[in-house]
Amino acid sequence: MASQKRIAKELADCTTHAPAGMSIALATDSDVHKWHVTLDGPAESIYSGGKFGLVVTLPPEYPFKAPVVTFATRIYHPNVTNDNVGSICLGLLKAENWKPASKLLSVLQAVRLLLVEPQPDDPLESRIADEYRRDRAEFDKNARAYVQRYAKGPVKFDGTNVGADAGAAGGSGKRSTG
Amino acid sequence: MDSDDDFMSAVSSEDDILPDDSDNDDLSGAEDFDFDDEPDPDLGMSKDIGRKRVAYDISFKVYQPADIQKQQDDLINEVNMILDISKEEAAILLRHFRWNKERLIEDYMDAPPQVLEAAGLAQEPTSLPRLEVKPGFVCDICCEEGPGLASFAIKCGHRYCVDCYRHYLSQKIKEEGEAARIQCPSDGCDLIVDARSLDLLVNPELKERYHELLNRTYVEDKDTLKWCPAPDCQNAIECGVKKKDLDKVVPTVSCLCAHRFCFGCILSDHQPAPCELVKKWLKKCADDSETANWISANTKECPKCNSTIEKNGGCNHMTCRKCKHEFCWMCMGLWSEHGTSWYSCNRFEEKSGTEARDAQAKSRVSLERYLHYYNRYANHEQSARLDKDIYTKTEKKMVQLQKESGMSWIEVQYLNSASQALQTCRQTLMWTYAFAFYLARNNLTEIFEDNQKDLEMAVEGLSEMFEKPVTELADPKLKVEIMDKTSYCNKRRIILLDDTAQNLADGRWTFNVELTGSAPTSGGPSNRR
Repeated sequence: MASQKRIAKELADCTTHAPAGMSIALATDSDVHKWHVTLDGPAESIYSGGKFGLVVTLPPEYPFKAPVVTFATRIYHPNVTNDNVGSICLGLLKAENWKPASKLLSVLQAVRLLLVEPQPDDPLESRIADEYRRDRAEFDKNARAYVQRYAKGPVKFDGTNVGADAGAAGGSGKRSTG
Repeated sequence: MDSDDDFMSAVSSEDDILPDDSDNDDLSGAEDFDFDDEPDPDLGMSKDIGRKRVAYDISFKVYQPADIQKQQDDLINEVNMILDISKEEAAILLRHFRWNKERLIEDYMDAPPQVLEAAGLAQEPTSLPRLEVKPGFVCDICCEEGPGLASFAIKCGHRYCVDCYRHYLSQKIKEEGEAARIQCPSDGCDLIVDARSLDLLVNPELKERYHELLNRTYVEDKDTLKWCPAPDCQNAIECGVKKKDLDKVVPTVSCLCAHRFCFGCILSDHQPAPCELVKKWLKKCADDSETANWISANTKECPKCNSTIEKNGGCNHMTCRKCKHEFCWMCMGLWSEHGTSWYSCNRFEEKSGTEARDAQAKSRVSLERYLHYYNRYANHEQSARLDKDIYTKTEKKMVQLQKESGMSWIEVQYLNSASQALQTCRQTLMWTYAFAFYLARNNLTEIFEDNQKDLEMAVEGLSEMFEKPVTELADPKLKVEIMDKTSYCNKRRIILLDDTAQNLADGRWTFNVELTGSAPTSGGPSNRR
């Protein structure tokens, strides 16, 4: 199948020339459609020092349909849902923007960039976005607290280090619509 | 009947508006639209509201698929000649400018490169795109390579194998319903795949769908055009009534397929009620209709806080769950005044009970009022729903009459006219009740109710005649009666609609709800301005 060849090539590219601060592996050796990515919090961001797990799921129609990327590690961020699903709002991944020639490498780089530059104008968590805009000190404090609580130690992709309660780590944690 | 006579003389010269006996309102209505092919987008409608032959009549045009195609082709040819660009590019530019030719030309003259870029067009004229086999080519999408692998690129030069290109296009067209803005598959390249390139690549079925989608965007891009919502109808209607005028006019149009609908909200003909009231009414009915009947029959309101309470057993000593008010279910009076005479209330004359019952009655009035209008609305709606049956029955009757009485086809057409008149008038009647529900009580409302009553009586009369057995229908006397009644119904309907529309245009109605002025778009909440 055509998509197998493409995925194999992309996987090889990503693992041999992994972008700075990322390591990439298949979730299981038998399935090339699910990737586990470990992302170091970028040094220039508030998430520095944390290790974040990303799950990349490639649909059967890949590359004609966009991949799905979620955070396996809880993160306090305007563009990531503050729950144990960790959905990401990324323009590149929307159906109307995705191009079959887009590469996963650029998707991963876009996710990394999102940690450096949150996009509060296009939020999934409008409360966190408000806080990011109005009270940066409080946002930074909450984000760091989340890093301390969830993003230290070995990354797990099985949903065991996403925590159950939203409010415990400092943010008031009440989810608003996104 | 002074006003009626005035009205009749005013329009009597226009015999297409007041149909004579055998003429049918619907059909004659369709005759006075101009069906020529000449595109004429400027109808200058809004200026003319209120100065029409009859106030509710608005002008519009029906376009068939070929007309819609021709309009686009004409515009494309024009831009193609004026700007000296290919037809495919002209089409893409026009779509980018939502078919506003004047703005396109103006902007293009100012700054061609910017306009081309924004619309997704290449700036350098290159050779026409075609399928090619290039040595050493590797497809960036599927990573296939090999001798003889055919590839394709639009003017940007981003080259992919034919299979991937096809797959991409078919997914965009079939699954996403995209046509006008399909971009090059390359990441970050926003060049638009033009119709000619697409035709080179996809199969005929997909091609057809693509052009259908393109036509759709043409109609959807233009505010003055709307699709006829009837199932399987492919016509579009052009009408100049603007959204902001919808509190002044009920723009009812009629397609060649005979479907009549409101140009403002696309719902079926809802004259005389304006779109916004229709929205309110439909919402209210969806929320209330069945529940309201039940509430009316089974509940009372708490005398203190007006919460609706159902008594589902037990004694007459009620304690409101919301405000903790204690009262007697029978007399609605204070429970504390009942002393020890529990379980048998015989205190009907007491003051607190009387007051409570008065308040109760008041709150009931609004519910009863709604039910009054709703039941009549629903009744006419149901009758209108039986239209199909009536119509097929009519056809049978007409055939039977032709056989049994030796009448010719043309001689039995009066039954068809009667059936059409019944359908149309019932539809109007139905909406008069929704309209009346929102009317404040004043003289105008009384005139409206008189008109409503006249139309209703005429319709019921015709309905009764119409249901006679075929043997009686053949009676020449009854035939004349039916023809007269049909014509009378149509006239009463016109009088009612004309009067209502005139008052609406002049802003003379007083409603018991706030109208925002701009009608809500379908589905959405009412807009604020």
